[in-house]
Amino acid sequence: MAPKDHNDAFVAFDRVQKTYDGEQLVVKDLNLDIGKGEFLTMLGPSGSGKTTCLMMLAGFETATFGDILLDGKPINNIPPHKRGIGMVFQNYALFPHMTVAENLSFPLEVRDISRAEREKKIARALDMVQMGEFGNRRPAQLSGGQMQRVALARALVFEPDLVLMDEPLGALDKNLRERMQLEIKHIHETLGVTVVYVTHDQSEALTMSNRIAVFDDGRIQQLATPDELYEKPENAFVAAFIGENNTLRGKVESVDGAYCTLQLADGSRVQALAVNIEGEGAESTLSLRPERVYLDVSSETHDNIFEGEVRELIYLGDHIRVRMNVCGNDEFVLKMPNDSHARRLSVGERVQVGWVKEDCRALDPS
Amino acid sequence: MAVPTYATPLEKLWHYTFRLICWLIFFFLVAPIIIMMPLSFNAQPYFTFTLEMLEFNPQGYSMRWYQELFASESWMRSIRNSFVIGIAATLLATVLGTLAALGLSRAKLPGKGLIMMILISPMVVPLIIAGAGMFFFLSSVNLANTFLGVVLAHTALGTPFVVITVTATLVGFDHSLTRAAANLGASPTRTFFKITMPLILPGVVSGGLFAFITSFDEIVVVLFVAGVEQRTIPREMWSGIREDLSPTILAVATLLVLLSIMLLTTVELLRRRSERIRGMSPG
Repeated sequence: MAPKDHNDAFVAFDRVQKTYDGEQLVVKDLNLDIGKGEFLTMLGPSGSGKTTCLMMLAGFETATFGDILLDGKPINNIPPHKRGIGMVFQNYALFPHMTVAENLSFPLEVRDISRAEREKKIARALDMVQMGEFGNRRPAQLSGGQMQRVALARALVFEPDLVLMDEPLGALDKNLRERMQLEIKHIHETLGVTVVYVTHDQSEALTMSNRIAVFDDGRIQQLATPDELYEKPENAFVAAFIGENNTLRGKVESVDGAYCTLQLADGSRVQALAVNIEGEGAESTLSLRPERVYLDVSSETHDNIFEGEVRELIYLGDHIRVRMNVCGNDEFVLKMPNDSHARRLSVGERVQVGWVKEDCRALDPS
Repeated sequence: MAVPTYATPLEKLWHYTFRLICWLIFFFLVAPIIIMMPLSFNAQPYFTFTLEMLEFNPQGYSMRWYQELFASESWMRSIRNSFVIGIAATLLATVLGTLAALGLSRAKLPGKGLIMMILISPMVVPLIIAGAGMFFFLSSVNLANTFLGVVLAHTALGTPFVVITVTATLVGFDHSLTRAAANLGASPTRTFFKITMPLILPGVVSGGLFAFITSFDEIVVVLFVAGVEQRTIPREMWSGIREDLSPTILAVATLLVLLSIMLLTTVELLRRRSERIRGMSPG
């Protein structure tokens, strides 16, 4: 799992920079330690540098500056075919002129493994992804999900210690994607292989990862476990990128230890947890999860109590999304569980909402 | 294609006129080639149909000119020369053209357009100019009137075809396949022979066939750079027409037409195979 220190890391990026044109840095000063057996996801919008990092690890791109270490040894000068890293490509990259079994046999033949041993390994790998019956098919005769499984089996058949996955589920429909997420997660748990996974889909990252590195603008914005990332975002980008988020902007009025008070544009004062602010007088963005906002609560239990006006109700079955105007923000959302004693709201109604200051994080102005 | 029921009389008239025009164009293109074939079986040393031939009298037909062809030393030598030069030039052009196309398919190559233009130029430059240029060049390096000289000249003419067909095949080539092969542990050489080559093979072979046909029916450059020893079939036909007008050349021509049809059929079959494989590749 997560490495204890830099020397314990199985994969390490050490002050890595990358530029394609010699002017603009796509990856800016990347430092990342990945432990043995860890499932680490690089999550970020397109153009954030996450795929470039994966390509540098695979050896298809070279780092402009800095070292990449695999098991303690720098690999900058090792060509891709000598790195022994498995990879699942975005478009699967199965060889169209070979059968499924021949595709899996390819990395084993390269490694001069005997025929009998090869057949055993191929059968085992295909069984693992439930494709045992399909050895003689060609890739063109498979569905997207089946090709995905074969690509996964091919990346694992030569038993690499490290497997890279570049948005492997991007082309699948939602149901299949969710099933494959769990399958990949289980395979990772069974084999104990280290996985570096790239995606722009946050739910995918939350489902599978031990830790998630959120990328933006060529930097890691936050590196944390899924629950920590969701519940304790360290800056406004991470708060907005992961999950749903209510954003309130204001000026820091006073700081009191771990907490602070902000004055918003409409004059209302909000108490919040001081996470990432520059001090009194600085601009700040407040981040508050919709499920941590409650209706009809008293000021004894909740630090912030405001009146809001309901603007829109969206029925989602298990919960109701309530969009309202709170503190001058028209996009303020709260999630009301649809249980038996749920209150029935109507548009235009004025209600009291409240939240505790621990759930409201004061972040950088962004 | 039938005329739709709602067509006006004028449209119907145009429909049939259009068909007629198409057939006339087709006839214009093919007639000179077709007409040669029966004439090559003429029993008389004429280039026209005899009365017996028109009456389908077996007496009017013979294999005489084919026998003469295979008995003639100079014809047999020219056939041998054509194949030797054609095959050697094809092999060279295929290797060079394939390598050039692979290099040109890299996205980062600077001056790509210019290099492509230079490689294609032998196809565009008038042959007479290419021929004259090659004559002066090959003479200055003492290769005029040698087999090697003719082979090199024909290689230059055939390479553009290979470059074009292989480049076209590479357009549909998924470069993540070579990355996948490298990732799975294959060296660049192994990747080339096991992954790239099988997938671009149809383009390579059809380019090679075009190069062969180019060399096989080329005369202008041969007139400039080949000596008596290197006379090819077209060169022999050319002197045949000028010096002793014998229907033997009709027999040669018929054989050449058959060979061309065979080669073009092969190209077409390969093209279909390539389309099938490309349809198969995901993405």
